[in-house]
Amino acid sequence: MSADVAIKVRGLKTAYGTHVVHENLDLDVQRGEVMGVIGPSGCGKSVLLRAITGLKEPSAGEVHVFGQDVIHLQSEDITALQRLWGIMFQDGALFSNLTVRENVMVPMKEHTNLALPLMKQLADQKIRMSGLETWAGRKYPSDLSGGMRKRAALARALALDPPLLFLDEPTAGLDPITAVGFDQLIRDLQKSLGLTVFLVTHDVDTLAVTCDRIAVLGEKKVLAIGTMDELRREPHPWIQDYFGGPRGRGAIMGAG
Amino acid sequence: MSKPSDLLTAPTFDYVDGAAPRLVLRGNWVVSALADVDRELREKPFSVEAGLAEVDVAEVEGLDTAGAYLIDRTLRELGGEPALKGATSEVQSLLAQARTLATQEETAPPIIEEGHGFVDLLERTGRNAEHMWQEALESLSFLGATLVALSTIVWRPAKMRWTALVAVMEEAGLDAVPIIAFLSFFVGMVVAFIGATTLAQFGATIFVVELVGFGVLRELGGVLVAIIIAGRTNSAFTAQIGAMKMRQEIDAMQTLGLNPMQVIVAPRVLAMMVMVPVLTFIGMLTAIAGGMSVGWLILDINPTVFFNRLQENVPIDQFWIGMSKAPVFGLAIALIGCRQGLEVGGSVQSLGHHTTKSVVQALFAIIVIDACFALFYQEMGI
Repeated sequence: MSADVAIKVRGLKTAYGTHVVHENLDLDVQRGEVMGVIGPSGCGKSVLLRAITGLKEPSAGEVHVFGQDVIHLQSEDITALQRLWGIMFQDGALFSNLTVRENVMVPMKEHTNLALPLMKQLADQKIRMSGLETWAGRKYPSDLSGGMRKRAALARALALDPPLLFLDEPTAGLDPITAVGFDQLIRDLQKSLGLTVFLVTHDVDTLAVTCDRIAVLGEKKVLAIGTMDELRREPHPWIQDYFGGPRGRGAIMGAG
Repeated sequence: MSKPSDLLTAPTFDYVDGAAPRLVLRGNWVVSALADVDRELREKPFSVEAGLAEVDVAEVEGLDTAGAYLIDRTLRELGGEPALKGATSEVQSLLAQARTLATQEETAPPIIEEGHGFVDLLERTGRNAEHMWQEALESLSFLGATLVALSTIVWRPAKMRWTALVAVMEEAGLDAVPIIAFLSFFVGMVVAFIGATTLAQFGATIFVVELVGFGVLRELGGVLVAIIIAGRTNSAFTAQIGAMKMRQEIDAMQTLGLNPMQVIVAPRVLAMMVMVPVLTFIGMLTAIAGGMSVGWLILDINPTVFFNRLQENVPIDQFWIGMSKAPVFGLAIALIGCRQGLEVGGSVQSLGHHTTKSVVQALFAIIVIDACFALFYQEMGI
């Protein structure tokens, strides 16, 4: 069982000063599944992502990624683990002094000893894979539109073909058509590469199209976890509002 | 996939020549292990005339998109329509994806020559000279725009951001008092020391009073304060406004009907024109105190004697000459800081670039303005 679990969170407590974000939070993400994480604004979705990736030190609890204890790892082991995941931050977090192609090459330079020409070709391939044209690689992030920046950030997250992908609000701020394309892209990549995806989102459409299971965060813990159909039967008022609202119904009808 | 790369079987290939040339691939074709095999493939140990007939991938243990790319690149270079043997559906789909993503133009990555020759040097020099001229013109036009904004405020004082003005006065003026006082005191001491060693040779140590008086009041006090403020406040202005520009706050202001020249530039310019003279005054006082302390402790010049001599031999004009420059320095520093801040583009690099540029231009402006004043007062005979 444990070999199939990509992310295992147990008794997690995170706090900023006296403000407790999570308390006694448990979560399992299986290998090869797309786990959507939803919840009201400010419920700590992004904080959970930060805690799992070791950016935010929890006050209590354990986080295991591929069986490794993220919180108590030595620095060399952290580097080895970081090679296994790619993170796409909410606003891209591309390095603004590098071109898009150089951004994609950063993890390759750090973790592999590939020759420069191959690195460039692979970076171009990743850029095309994320749905951008090759010429976008020569641009600086500030020259790109928001949607293109998101794609470029995805290309960087995919640079090392990581088995685990963290996406923080990948479709926020995109027009519906681009967002649908992005959802499809994530789904395709997940299928062809067998990725495990940890997806934080507000977008019901994204959930319907991409996610195998959905975890609902709220009241400092995981309120419910399951497929979209299972969640719709949950009695919790927030979940009812979420899937029963006009947007939720539309997305479910669209996916069905 | 989660195993470290040194534990994986390295990717290798075998070329089997014959009537139907075959390529046999083995091992893990994953991104962390591709460095060696990429070099070997690049050196092209074999050549195929008729095109490859078959690719055997049955012994490939691991494949990711990078490996698929490399295999696909090799196949494209070899040409032909090779049959794929022993491929699982995953391998097939990865190779098919690599083929769809491949474009004709990037089979051989183009090498772009960057110019480093003599002609390019001349071209860059010309561009930079042109750029400097443009920069000077734009600075002047910015001065004009600021004057327009200030004159609007004179007619309609309600448009002035008084809170911002007072905040900048505190931050850039009051908070700078300790460092100004401290540094001016030491510069005053240094001037007195220089004078003491030289003047002692003529037995004219008492002239240290004139030296400190003329030097500090006329030149050093004002210039020193301006240079400290250029390093301290001017860079802060550029960074603040630049960060606002990067976060589109300036754009938001404009759409809300706020004029950045009035909201951002005017308070800073006014605050600096008021506070730099005040700081200059403080700097002069402490510099004279520094000179006096050297005189008293080392040269045995009593403070009473020092002040009497200062009053008799250093005309008050010298003080006004020094003070007259201060508001101009303040104006120049604030204008350059604000202008460079508003020039910042979208990137962090541009912020750093303009902050550096801002400090350099401010220091340049201070020295040039000081020289102009020196020339002017010389001609006026003061």
